Amino acid sequence: MAKKLMKGSEAIGEAAIQAGCKLFFGYPITPQNEIPEYMSHRLPQIGGTFVQAESEVAASNMIYGAAGSGERVFTSSSSPGISLMQEGISYIAGSELPVVLVNIMRAGPGLGGILPSQADYFQATKGGGHGDYRLLVLAPWSVQEAADLIQDAFDLADFYRNPVMILGDGLIGQMMEPVEFHPDRKPCKELKPKEWAATGCKGDRPTNIINSLFLDPAALERHNHKLQAKYEAMARDEIRCAEYGTEEPYDVLIVAYGTVARVCVTALEDLKEAGIRAAMVRPITLFPFPYAQVRAASEKAKAVLVVELSCGQMVEDVRLAVEGTRPVHFYGRQGGMLVTPEEVVDEIRRLLTVPQLEADHA
Amino acid sequence: MQNDVIMAGFGGQGVLLIGKMLAYAGMHAGKEVSWMPSYGPEMRGGTANCTVVISDRPVGSPVIQCPRAVLAMNLPSLDKFESALKPGGLLLVNTSLINREPKRSDVRVVKVPANDIANELKNPKGANMVALGAYLGATEAVPLEEMEKLIRETFASKPAVVESNIQALRRGYELGRAQSQGEDLP
Repeated sequence: MAKKLMKGSEAIGEAAIQAGCKLFFGYPITPQNEIPEYMSHRLPQIGGTFVQAESEVAASNMIYGAAGSGERVFTSSSSPGISLMQEGISYIAGSELPVVLVNIMRAGPGLGGILPSQADYFQATKGGGHGDYRLLVLAPWSVQEAADLIQDAFDLADFYRNPVMILGDGLIGQMMEPVEFHPDRKPCKELKPKEWAATGCKGDRPTNIINSLFLDPAALERHNHKLQAKYEAMARDEIRCAEYGTEEPYDVLIVAYGTVARVCVTALEDLKEAGIRAAMVRPITLFPFPYAQVRAASEKAKAVLVVELSCGQMVEDVRLAVEGTRPVHFYGRQGGMLVTPEEVVDEIRRLLTVPQLEADHA
Repeated sequence: MQNDVIMAGFGGQGVLLIGKMLAYAGMHAGKEVSWMPSYGPEMRGGTANCTVVISDRPVGSPVIQCPRAVLAMNLPSLDKFESALKPGGLLLVNTSLINREPKRSDVRVVKVPANDIANELKNPKGANMVALGAYLGATEAVPLEEMEKLIRETFASKPAVVESNIQALRRGYELGRAQSQGEDLP
């Protein structure tokens, strides 16, 4: 198929349709309104259903119910709306249902602003709702990758019977880039029929019950262990990350995800011209986090710099990966302000000054 | 090699459209491209702008703080973006609606009376096409033929629109080229 120039939000919508998504429930919020808009005109064309819910709380419970039918279900929102959905997301994780969620992050906390941010990293990767559960979290850095990851997200959600979140920022939602779809694409996991789905059986088979309530504590503990085993399997089999310049010697390792990593690639080029040696690891799965890959890459550097559009959230996972063997620094912008390549270059120059290096190794 | 430009004007002047057309034509010419609109809170009648990047390599940041070119279709846009332009960069000024001289002396200025030319061609809505042509003439960011092909495809059902827009594009292209012979962007 030929390349098309599409807005990130529209490419996400089209990718969901091509992945076989038939049902969308959501509530509008900037900067991702083009996703529900796109779904509202495309889904009826393919015999699907679009529902604008009365609120995000309602939308999250609608996807919970619809996912129980075994259909591919999808919702999208932005930060404040995702906060409202946390009740449903916890229930969906507890009930082991496959849904795909998109969070096009805007700056917070509270209503915050509508410009790009990455300040929902903790919420996405560490919980958000109540209870011991995890989302599988994928972070695209381009419109093409957003489209590709959405399709994988539906397969991963079905395979693990677990909610999968695409965590993008306002830039991913709003920008246009060339994108190519692959209608003959194969699923990224081997998928079994959904025998657990509550489709109505008229007595032909034992009743399927979808539930997150376990009043017997021993049964609930067993259920928790089962969920944990799933998250361990994800950490074993699903880690994705990309490396830039790590085959050459380098003094500083950058760790960044999403559109910030693109800014850092430009910074890497500028640093190279200036004779400064730097490389980057870009996590694509944020949960499971590529701890081993970040650790291995950090061992070739004198220091690590984490760059985020937040006050420093992923930096905590990088510190866990590095386990104190290298100094881990942070540079970030907040409130919808963006990091520039020049800022990253300046920060790395600063890190490489002698007093800073001595302080690091004191 | 990278070309990037902030295109700005009043809502309704069609700057988002010509930005998209530039990205499309760049894509068709085999380049890496991105188009990023401003989506901050803007009032009706306020300014609109977009950033287009056309590059031989994958696009880094789709948001450019210091662009290589600024296309200002009205005075508020010139006021807002003139200072951001890279030294040695290209400043395209729609002199039909902007009656002040640029303040920067370290940039290349191309003056285009886009609305006057569009009116002269009896295509008053085509001022954006004149401006787009001038940008192409001054930068060769994508070949003129690629843009003409795109206009033919985009407005295939309206032959009159095709011809008048191509005329507007060419007039702008000539003006842009004449004012920037042999000069390279940073």
